Amino acid sequence: MEKFEKVTGIAAPMPLVNIDTDMIIPKQFLKTIKRSGLGVNLFDEMRYDDNGNEIPDFVLNKPQYRDAEILIAGENFGCGSSREHAPWALKDFGIRAVVSTSFAEIFYNNCFKNGILPIVLPQEAVDVLMKDAEKGSNARMTIDLENQVVTSSDGEEFSFEVDSFRKHCLMNGLDDIGLTLEKAASIDSFEAKATQARPWV
Amino acid sequence: MSPKTLYDKIWDAHLAHEAEDGTCLLYIDRHLVHEVTSPQAFEGLRLAKRTVRAPDKTIAVPDHNVPTTPGREDPKNMTEDSAIQVAALDKNAKDFGIHYYPVSDVRQGIVHIVGPEQGWTLPGMTVVCGDSHTATHGAFGALAHGIGTSEVEHVLATQTLIQKKSKNMKVEITGKLAPGVTAKDITLSVIGETGTAGGTGYVIEYCGEAIRDLSMEGRMTVCNMAIEGGARAGLIAPDEKTFAYVQGRPHAPKAAQWEAAMAWWKTLHSDEDAHWDKVITIKGEDIAPVVTWGTSPEDVLPITADVPAADSFDGGKVGAAQRALEYMDLTPGQKLSDIEIDTVFIGSCTNGRIEDLRAAAEVLKGKKIAVKRAMVVPGSGLVRAQAEEEGLADIFTQAGFEWRLAGCSMCLAMNPDQLAPGERCAATSNRNFEGRQGRGGRTHLMSPAMAAAAAVTGKLTDVRDMM
Ligand code: SF4
Repeated sequence: MEKFEKVTGIAAPMPLVNIDTDMIIPKQFLKTIKRSGLGVNLFDEMRYDDNGNEIPDFVLNKPQYRDAEILIAGENFGCGSSREHAPWALKDFGIRAVVSTSFAEIFYNNCFKNGILPIVLPQEAVDVLMKDAEKGSNARMTIDLENQVVTSSDGEEFSFEVDSFRKHCLMNGLDDIGLTLEKAASIDSFEAKATQARPWV
Repeated sequence: MSPKTLYDKIWDAHLAHEAEDGTCLLYIDRHLVHEVTSPQAFEGLRLAKRTVRAPDKTIAVPDHNVPTTPGREDPKNMTEDSAIQVAALDKNAKDFGIHYYPVSDVRQGIVHIVGPEQGWTLPGMTVVCGDSHTATHGAFGALAHGIGTSEVEHVLATQTLIQKKSKNMKVEITGKLAPGVTAKDITLSVIGETGTAGGTGYVIEYCGEAIRDLSMEGRMTVCNMAIEGGARAGLIAPDEKTFAYVQGRPHAPKAAQWEAAMAWWKTLHSDEDAHWDKVITIKGEDIAPVVTWGTSPEDVLPITADVPAADSFDGGKVGAAQRALEYMDLTPGQKLSDIEIDTVFIGSCTNGRIEDLRAAAEVLKGKKIAVKRAMVVPGSGLVRAQAEEEGLADIFTQAGFEWRLAGCSMCLAMNPDQLAPGERCAATSNRNFEGRQGRGGRTHLMSPAMAAAAAVTGKLTDVRDMM
């Protein structure tokens, strides 16, 4: 997994609330058996018309946001299905972090497994960052995971919370499975006890 | 010992490891797998030269993109990419030695219907699947939730999940339901009340007389949509109905093991004075048959209501409601019961079980549909067979419904069952998102009886007027 330490980049504003995983990556793109190549289909139905042409009004089609690395989004971002294709598509497009007042849990989890940092901030902070993002490509924000701070283009700072284990994995690009397998002895002994207590499982 | 909730009890019984920072490894009893969210996970295992730790606890079935028309055993009758995913699951199930129900097996169906039907889902278990509606299994008093593909791989390799504990939320539905009101109306009404993010960070336990009174199938409908309320999982404490449902199923415990299991299962309820972080109480009598008008499951209203105006909402919801009204092509003030429907879809893991088909058939008996098309997609091959035996299939086909094979079908429209742009559908599934049932398609969610009523009149209809 790609490490996440610090990202300075363009932020795209997406104020809509309840942006769901069907919007992020519609189901017709779930038929892949790979993790890569989904970036062109990110937000497909909002981004392209029925003939596959770009809809110029859609934020990521605007010249100033085509290289966005950060999304500033309305509340409950990523609600809906468990499809990890949503963070895969975001990542493949080049998005490294999403800022919102809240995220759906499975999506939030899936981000960390793919080197994307989801950041929860209070409404006032998101409002400021949303305005900042609306300024376009000159307004570069910085997200510093080590110090847990988002800095707007004007230098305004907002600190955020992140689980220490997840932060550690993200900063070091660690593979969860490898870490868990180091605890194989605990799993073995738990399994032996559980099998005795609940043999029908 | 301090009093515990049901969630606390199941959590404690599955805690395999706890690190100093509170990160936990939760042991997983059942891992359900389907073709769409698993190929990359199995591929990851192969690349890392890892194996499936507990193949006997891993159950796979293709459901999301299989066609629901005859001849589907032949991959030539699937789109190429669907056939590739199904073939990948066939191969992965075989290579890793996990339990498998291929499309040719009568037991094949939607993963959340097959699990309970075969007795894989039992009280007190931890159950996961790369699918958000895994919450369904919570109806058995099992801690069940959806996971992403990386976590699917993690469970395959380690039989555990890295978790932090959620908070406890109680949703109590008191009293009795009025006639014509179903489990679907309960679960939609709860989301209408809490919003789609109201459960975020919580595991919900549903309780109260109206929940106790539901059948196991109704309870599955309620828990199924816990995820639409944002919760990690929904739970209902097991009782005599649960035990009776489970007993005798192919993978349920037998004889002495049954007795031992029962002894533990009977302890699986929240203690009297357990702590709740959030409590919501709704009177059963106050719940009406509901439908959704917008593009979020929280956009729910009694069928007797009018389409709301966007400015009747607050904050970011104003814009979302405006967008939803445009997408759904509805005018504020319009009566919901005046909305004309093109298509009716009865099925999905929310409402594709035998009781759902019975409820719909009851309304349809001796009537004809007044919509362009209507389809019933049973949740499993066994549900389909049972419905045929009971004569329900005949009622559906005589009314003008298509009688399909089991799968997810038009719930998410990954197979050829899709809405055309602008087509309006009365659906018994769980998501009304933009494009969910096909690009530009418009979905109204409701109970099977309400969907059947809409099929008969061609409009959203209060089923109570037909009773
Ligand atoms: S029926 Fe619909 S909600 Fe249920 S598992 Fe299938 S696609 Fe998901």
